[in-house]
Amino acid sequence: MSEKINITLNINSRAHAIAVEPRRTLADAIREDCGQTGTHIGCEHGICGACTVLLDGEPVRACLMFAVQAAGKYIRTVEGLADGDKLHPIQQAFMDHHGLQCGFCTPGFLMLAVGVLEREPDIADEDLLDVLSSNLCRCTGYQNIVKAVRAAAKEMRGK
Amino acid sequence: MSTRTKGSGATWVGRAIRRLEDPALVRGQGRFTADLPAAHWVRFVRSPVAAGRIAKIEAPKGALVITSADLQGVTPILPMLHKFAYKPVGQPILADGVVRFVGEPVAAAVAASKEEAEDVADEVALSIDETDPVVDTRAALAPGAPQVQAEAPGNVILEGQIKTPDFDAAWAGAHKLVSIEARSRRQNATPIEARAGHASYDASTGRVTLTCTTQMPHVTRTAIADVLGMPESDLRIIAPDVGGGFGQKMSLASEYVLLVWLARKLKSSVAWTEDRRENLIASFHSRDQAIALAGAFDRNAKLIALKADVVANVGAYSCFPTTCGVEPLMAMAELPGPYDFRHYQCRARGVITNTCTMAPYRGVSRPVITFALERLMDKAAAVFGLEPVELRRRNLIDTFPYTSAAGLVFDEASYKETLETAALAIDVAGFRARQKQERAKRRYHGIGFAAFSERTGYGSPAFAARGMAITPGWEAVIVSVDPSGFVEARIGSSPHGQGLRTTLAQIIADEVGVTPDKVAVVHGDTDRAPYGWGTFASRSLVISGGAALIAARKVRAKLIKIAGLMLEAAPSDIVLQNGEARIAGTDRAMPIAQLAREAYTQTHRFNGEIEPGLTETGHYDPPGTFSNACHAAIVEVDIETGRVTVERYLVAEDAGRIINPMIADGQVHGGVAQGIGNALLEEIVYDENGAPLTATLADYLPPTAREIPPIELHHRETPSTNSITKAKGLGEGGGIGAPAAVINAINDALSPFGVEIDEMPATPQRIRAALRVKEQMA
Repeated sequence: MSEKINITLNINSRAHAIAVEPRRTLADAIREDCGQTGTHIGCEHGICGACTVLLDGEPVRACLMFAVQAAGKYIRTVEGLADGDKLHPIQQAFMDHHGLQCGFCTPGFLMLAVGVLEREPDIADEDLLDVLSSNLCRCTGYQNIVKAVRAAAKEMRGK
Repeated sequence: MSTRTKGSGATWVGRAIRRLEDPALVRGQGRFTADLPAAHWVRFVRSPVAAGRIAKIEAPKGALVITSADLQGVTPILPMLHKFAYKPVGQPILADGVVRFVGEPVAAAVAASKEEAEDVADEVALSIDETDPVVDTRAALAPGAPQVQAEAPGNVILEGQIKTPDFDAAWAGAHKLVSIEARSRRQNATPIEARAGHASYDASTGRVTLTCTTQMPHVTRTAIADVLGMPESDLRIIAPDVGGGFGQKMSLASEYVLLVWLARKLKSSVAWTEDRRENLIASFHSRDQAIALAGAFDRNAKLIALKADVVANVGAYSCFPTTCGVEPLMAMAELPGPYDFRHYQCRARGVITNTCTMAPYRGVSRPVITFALERLMDKAAAVFGLEPVELRRRNLIDTFPYTSAAGLVFDEASYKETLETAALAIDVAGFRARQKQERAKRRYHGIGFAAFSERTGYGSPAFAARGMAITPGWEAVIVSVDPSGFVEARIGSSPHGQGLRTTLAQIIADEVGVTPDKVAVVHGDTDRAPYGWGTFASRSLVISGGAALIAARKVRAKLIKIAGLMLEAAPSDIVLQNGEARIAGTDRAMPIAQLAREAYTQTHRFNGEIEPGLTETGHYDPPGTFSNACHAAIVEVDIETGRVTVERYLVAEDAGRIINPMIADGQVHGGVAQGIGNALLEEIVYDENGAPLTATLADYLPPTAREIPPIELHHRETPSTNSITKAKGLGEGGGIGAPAAVINAINDALSPFGVEIDEMPATPQRIRAALRVKEQMA
C-alpha cells in the first residue's frame, strides 16, 4: 500500500474531498470513495464502456484513469442527469424505447450518448452508430438503444 | 397510466406498457452486488497451469490466506445424475492437492481492501508440479490419456444412447445419405456484470446474508448449506439487481461458498468482485461440442432417419445443479428438431478435460444442434437441387400433438407458417436475382434459414426424465393485497433483465382489477420470496406467470366474496374493474382498497364464512411447451479478407400469447445479437498446454452495435394449451436460430468456391483458410 493523497473530485457539481492511493482508478473512487454507485465497472480494460462518465463534457472510461488525474475537472455521472423528478430526455427515451434490460451497461450508454449529443446534436445516423459501438451491451442487441438515442437526439435538438 | 382493465373490455396483458423496473435503473439507482461496502475483500489465487499437483502454498507473513487445509468439514460440491452412466465428480471449494484447469481457485487472500487483497495474492508463493494436461476431447479420449478425474475412467463422465426400433432397416433403405461434421467452439455467456458476492454476518442471530449475482437464490441457499453443513435457515441469499446472466449465473460458484465460510469465521462482512479475466477464464464456459450428423433421405427429399454422435468437452468439473450433462443430453433429446421422421440413433458423451467447467448458456446446446441440423438440411437441399426453403417445407411437422423420434411431445405450433412468413418477407426469388448480378461483379452474398423449436416452460417431469438428483420445475407465487390496497407478489423466480416485474404485474392486474403500477413483484430474497427455482430455461413467464395467475384468481375470488357480503349482492353480480368492485349494471361499488382493508380489519362481519386476510398462493408445474421460429439472414462475404457483413436479419417467431410485445421483442433482439456474435466472433481459445488465450474483451469479442443489423420481427401467436396463460417462453430462441441462419448464409455466399464452413464461430481466419485451400488446389 502506498501513501494516500488528498484530492477533491467535483461530481455533478458537488465537491467530494477524499484521500486515495495514487493507483486508485477514477471508477473505484467515484463508486467507493464518493458513494456514487450508478457508474458501473464491467471490464477494467477500457473495452466495455460500462464505466463511461463525462469529464469536462467528454466521455471517458473511468476505469482507465486514476482518480488523481480527475482532480479539478468537472465530472458528470448518471446520478446527475435528471433534474429532480424530471428525467433527462435520454433517460426518458431509454424507458420509452426499451433501451435497457438488466440495466448494468445503461449508465455508461447514457453518459456516452449525452456526451456525443451535447457536442454534436445533428450527428448523422451512421456516425452515431460508430459512437455507440464504443460500449458493449449483452441484453438488447442494440436495437432499442439506437432507437432511444435517436429519439433523444430529436428531443434535445427541439430545445 | 390509464385505468382500463379487464372489466372495461381491455386487458393489461398484451400491451406494450413501459417497464416498472426502469425508473431506478436509468437513474443509476439500481442496486448491484458490487455496490455494497465490506470490511474484508477476497482475491482468489488461481492456478496458472492446467494440470498439476500442488507442492507448496506459502502466504506472506502476517497475511490471512485460506487454503483447502483450512476448510475442515467442508464437503465438495457434488452434482448428481442418476442416469446415463454418470460418474459423480466432486469439486473442492479450493483446490485440494490437485489443480485441473487454469483459473481454478487455489487459495483466498483476505485483506481490508480490494487492492490490498490483490497485493497479498500476488505475494503468495505457489508451487505446482505440472502434469500433462488434456485440453481437447480427441486427446482426452485417446487410449492412455492422462486421467483428469479418477472417478471418470477414459475421461468420459457420461454417455447417453438412443436407437429407435427398425433404425438399421430404415437407414439401409435410404435413397441418399447426407452427412456433416459440425463443430462449435467454446463460448462464454459474458454478462456485462461479472460475478460478485458479499457475505455479511449478523452477530445477534448467527445468520449470514449472501448477496450475490445468482439466477437461483433458493438453490444457492440449499447447496451452500449442504456443503458447509449449516442449517439452511441460518442463510439468507439476496440476488439484488443482477447485470445479466444468460445461464452463467445459474451454476453454483465455489467462490460464494468460501465467502459464507469466511463471514462465519471472521464474524464480519466479506466481498469478492470477479474481474473480467476471471470471468473469461474461470467462470463457466459453454457450447464446446462436436457433432457428427448424418441424415437418410428418401427420393422426395424427405428425411427418414437421423444418426448423430455428440461429443461435448465439459471441462474439468461438473456444474451444480444441472450437471455437465446439460449440453450433451439436451443435444440427444432435441437434435431431431422440428422435423418429421421416425428413426433416430444418437450417442452423446460428456468428456472431461483440463479446461474451465462448462455450464448452461442461453439456448443450452440448441444453438449448436440447430446449427448442425440446419447445415445438414442445407446440404441435403444442395444434393437434391432444391431451394433450402422447399426442403424444409417437405420436412417440417404440421400435425399436433406430435411425438418426436426422441420421444418429446410437441404441442401446437407454427413451423411451416413461420417458414413461409420468413421466406416471403425476405423474398427468396428477388434475392437470387440480385445474388447472381452481384456475383458477376465478384461480390458474394448468401441467404440462410434456420427453422427450430424451443422447448420452454417445462416443469419437474421434464427435468426428472434427465435423472437429476436436484429436480427443478415448479414455481410458487404468493399474491397479497395489503390493508392499503397495494398488491404484492412474492415469487420464486429470479429475473435479471427479463422485465418479469412488469409482465407478472400485467397478469395480476387483470385478475385483481387494479393497474400494474399498484402491483409490486418481489424476488431475489430467500427471506421474502417463496422457495423457487429461479430464472433460466425460458421458464419464468410461463411457470411463474402461471403460478401468479392461479394465486391472483384466488385473490380475485375472495375479493368478490367480500364485496358480495359488503354490498349485499350475489358474487356472480360483482365485477372488479378500475380499482373497484361494482354490482354489474348499477352505481353501487366499493374501492378494492376498502375491501382489502376490511379483509383484515372487519373480519367479525364475515360470519366465519371468509378467512381473514388477503393472501393466496399459487403453484404451477406445467408439462412444457414449444415455441418456434424461422430465422433468415442475408450476408455478404468479402472473399479477400473473410469479413462477413450481416445485411439483413429477419425472425418469424411464435411464442404463444404475448404478455408485453415490447419486452418480447427485446428478448428476441438480444438473443439474435448473441447468436450473431456466437456465429461470427466469439471463441474461447486455449493453447496446447491448456492456457486460455482469450482473457480480455479485446480477445473474446461480443458484438457491438456495428455488427448487429436492424432485426426485423414477424409475430404469430399460437396459444399453448400446455400453459395456463397461453404464453410460451422466448428468452433463448433468438440465440438458438441465429448461428445456423448466419452460417448457412455464409455457405450460400461461398458456394461458387466449393467451400464449406461447418464450424462456429465462422471467423475471417476460418473463411480465409477454407478459401486458401481451394485457391491452392486450383
